[in-house]
Amino acid sequence: MPSLADALAAIILASLTAYVLLGGADFGGGVWDLLASGPRKSCQRDLIAHAIGPVWEANHVWLILAMVLLFTCFPRAFASIAIALHVPLTLMLVGIVLRGSAFVFQNYGGGGGRVFAIASLVTPVLLGVSVGAVAAGAVPARVRDGPFVVSYIDPWFTPFAFAVGIFALACFAFLAAVYLTLEAREPELQEDFRQRAMISGPAVFAMAVIVLALFPQAPPVNQRVVALTAAAALGTFWSLWRRRYQLARAAAAIQVTLIVWGWGIAQYPYLVPPDLTIARAAAPRITLELTLIAVLAGAVVLFPSLYYLMRVFKGTNDH
Amino acid sequence: MSDVLAARSQMAVSLAFHIIFAVIGIAMPVLMVLAERRWQRTRDPIYLDLAKRWARGTAILFAVGAVSGTVLSFELGLLWPRFMELAGPIIGMPFSLEGFAFFTEAIFLGVYLYGWEKVSPRAHLLAGVLVALSGAASGIFVVIANAWMNTPTGFTLTNGSFSAIDPIAAMGTPAAFPQALHMTLAAYAATGLGVAGIHAFLLLKNRTSAFNRAALTIGLLVGAPAAVLQPIAGDIAARYVARRQPVKLAAMEGLYETRAGAPITIGPGIRIPYALSLLAFHDPRAVVQGLDAVPRNEWPNVPLVHLSFDVMVVLGTYIALVGLWAGWLAWRKRDFATRRRFLWALAIAAPCGFLALEAGWMVTELGRQPWVIFGVLKTADAVTPMPGLIVPFTAITLLYCALGVIVVRLLSRQIVRSPQA
Ligand code: HDD
Ligand code: HEM
Ligand code: HEM
Repeated sequence: MPSLADALAAIILASLTAYVLLGGADFGGGVWDLLASGPRKSCQRDLIAHAIGPVWEANHVWLILAMVLLFTCFPRAFASIAIALHVPLTLMLVGIVLRGSAFVFQNYGGGGGRVFAIASLVTPVLLGVSVGAVAAGAVPARVRDGPFVVSYIDPWFTPFAFAVGIFALACFAFLAAVYLTLEAREPELQEDFRQRAMISGPAVFAMAVIVLALFPQAPPVNQRVVALTAAAALGTFWSLWRRRYQLARAAAAIQVTLIVWGWGIAQYPYLVPPDLTIARAAAPRITLELTLIAVLAGAVVLFPSLYYLMRVFKGTNDH
Repeated sequence: MSDVLAARSQMAVSLAFHIIFAVIGIAMPVLMVLAERRWQRTRDPIYLDLAKRWARGTAILFAVGAVSGTVLSFELGLLWPRFMELAGPIIGMPFSLEGFAFFTEAIFLGVYLYGWEKVSPRAHLLAGVLVALSGAASGIFVVIANAWMNTPTGFTLTNGSFSAIDPIAAMGTPAAFPQALHMTLAAYAATGLGVAGIHAFLLLKNRTSAFNRAALTIGLLVGAPAAVLQPIAGDIAARYVARRQPVKLAAMEGLYETRAGAPITIGPGIRIPYALSLLAFHDPRAVVQGLDAVPRNEWPNVPLVHLSFDVMVVLGTYIALVGLWAGWLAWRKRDFATRRRFLWALAIAAPCGFLALEAGWMVTELGRQPWVIFGVLKTADAVTPMPGLIVPFTAITLLYCALGVIVVRLLSRQIVRSPQA
């Protein structure tokens, strides 16, 4: 029987999933901005800027929501992550600041395109590195006494964590390419991004294999989730092949969602292994209850508004 | 520099930077909506032009506000993990609500900025109104969290940890109302007079620009009433501080000894007898607690808090007078644009609201030291165990300096390009 704390942990994971699917694709757009090439180079960049412009701030709030819910409902987990992963998280913040501001500066004639693209590359890797460190069970509830390197570098400076970082980047770039096939109006531009999606899809697969191979312990993966993820991946590839872009978008989103939830299921009931289970890290019951009420009330406002935003900006050229 | 000092400085830089963009994010939507509404009513194209130009500038400022705010929500944990561990379950509530206010704000901002041609005029105006409302709401929610740090309520303290917590009671903390009121007014006063002041300056150079006139009027409409009300809100805040945080009040006023009929000391040398007792308790004979009531290691940095308070009050008085002047001219139906002396006074007032705002936060935050949660948790006990905090402090400071320069350059280009006809 899942507890109230489990429910809130699931909401946090859902918020993180939304961030990956929406905000992640905005980062992925930056990757394709950096790699724009061929005769339609500037059209590609314009399309990306156009697609990200109205939505990136809203997409970005999912990360903030996940953070806020984490420190409200699981304060010990937030504190131990913030201590052990201070370095990559601070670097990630610098990346977030540079990405966001360079993006608007560029749109308002201030230059900064390069900064936007490079920050889009580095930030997802650091996010993935941090997630990787948590998944590997390298974040202790109380920081180990010892030299700086042991306490603040070792937890995340591992091949596994970096593999997860690059995996995250590949997923974001893949999502962006798939979504952009739907944003593009001209068939050539659509083909450009179809091609990019079909290249980055296998890259996602290759990185998944590497991540599992590097997992410090025997990977605690759930066979059924892996099978479903593989099925979704094949589905994406098939629909891209057949140019069924709407289907491809749905399948890609399902594929990445399953990856995130696969991680969550694999480490359940741990929130921050090896010390903190969801139950141990949870705030007092009253806080959990009130937060759940606030989230449900917030959702009533949020989802219709989000739907409206997407309908205004994303509905016009879906056929 | 010690690690605690580096952490405090990093927090101070991050907040002082963010607050500028936050207050603009709270107030600019109101100005844009007023301009757009006037356009819809009068069909005078100047107002549409104004709303669109303001929207362009605001997009830049909003983005910087959003990223610097993200930095803050991580920094609360990165720098003060012990604070968040203890306080998260209690003050997470306003932060969670704020999260949803951010969503509403960001969503309708997207509609407002990019949707001029995509939604109906009414829906567009409504989106602007929603941005303005949710901006004010997000400001109020964070300030409630800060108020709780000043007057913590809603828990029982046993052996350094909380029990019987009550997040709803914590949101009703006594400092919440005065701080939220004073802060919200500060946002409208600083931004409104900032805009009016910039256009006053441009009018001094070119008296006939209808564009600048329109902008100045709308800026005043928002800024002047708020500036006039601000000393009253400040007085309410001061009386709460006198009751709940007597040490802070003593530091604000540089009052070293507890005494009845306490005076106000301004700068070195000017003293107004009985004024402090009168202001803080509305009774010239009231006893005001001095710094001598607590041991020295619980004093904040008295000269700095005192100076910041004086700066805020002097600037606040000045902009309130400018606001009254504007009200007088409006009441007599005089044309602002032809009054050179008024335009100069207004141009000088442009930065004053922002400076008062920063000074006010220095009072609140420095005056709370050495506590992060007043009377409960010392700042030095809340800091992260990670050494070398001077490195992130330096990095964030340099990053924000660079961002500040770019933003100012982009915006001044926008302003210089504004139509002078
Ligand atoms: C436009 C900005 C502005 C202006 C003109 C004023 N203030 Fe202010 N003041 C603020 C902006 C501000 C602030 C930045 O918004 C603070 C910091 C925390 C808060 O709640 O408001 C603040 C705090 C603050 C506090 C401390 C509250 C606390 O620590 O809990 C007091 C006592 C006052 N103010 C009093 C005044 C008085 C008597 C003013 C008379 C002119 C005045 N303020 C003008
Ligand atoms: C510890 C203090 C603070 C934290 C953690 C914080 C956090 C944040 C975050 C995460 C955002 C980004 C939201 C988005 O993506 O749209 C943001 C923006 C904003 N914050 Fe803050 N904030 C703090 C202090 C303040 C204060 C004191 C105010 C005002 C009174 C304020 C008002 C706003 C507003 C209005 C926005 C909307 C975006 C904008 O206008 O630029 N914040 N803040
Ligand atoms: C945006 C306006 C704000 C400004 C300009 C501001 C300014 C400052 C300054 C100058 C410090 C350093 C004080 C010192 O250590 O001597 C500080 C510390 C701090 N502030 Fe604020 N503050 C603001 C709003 C807030 C809000 C809304 C919150 C929380 C919700 C907050 C939470 C903190 C915390 C946790 C610290 C570190 C602990 C401490 O020094 O007490 N601040 N802030």
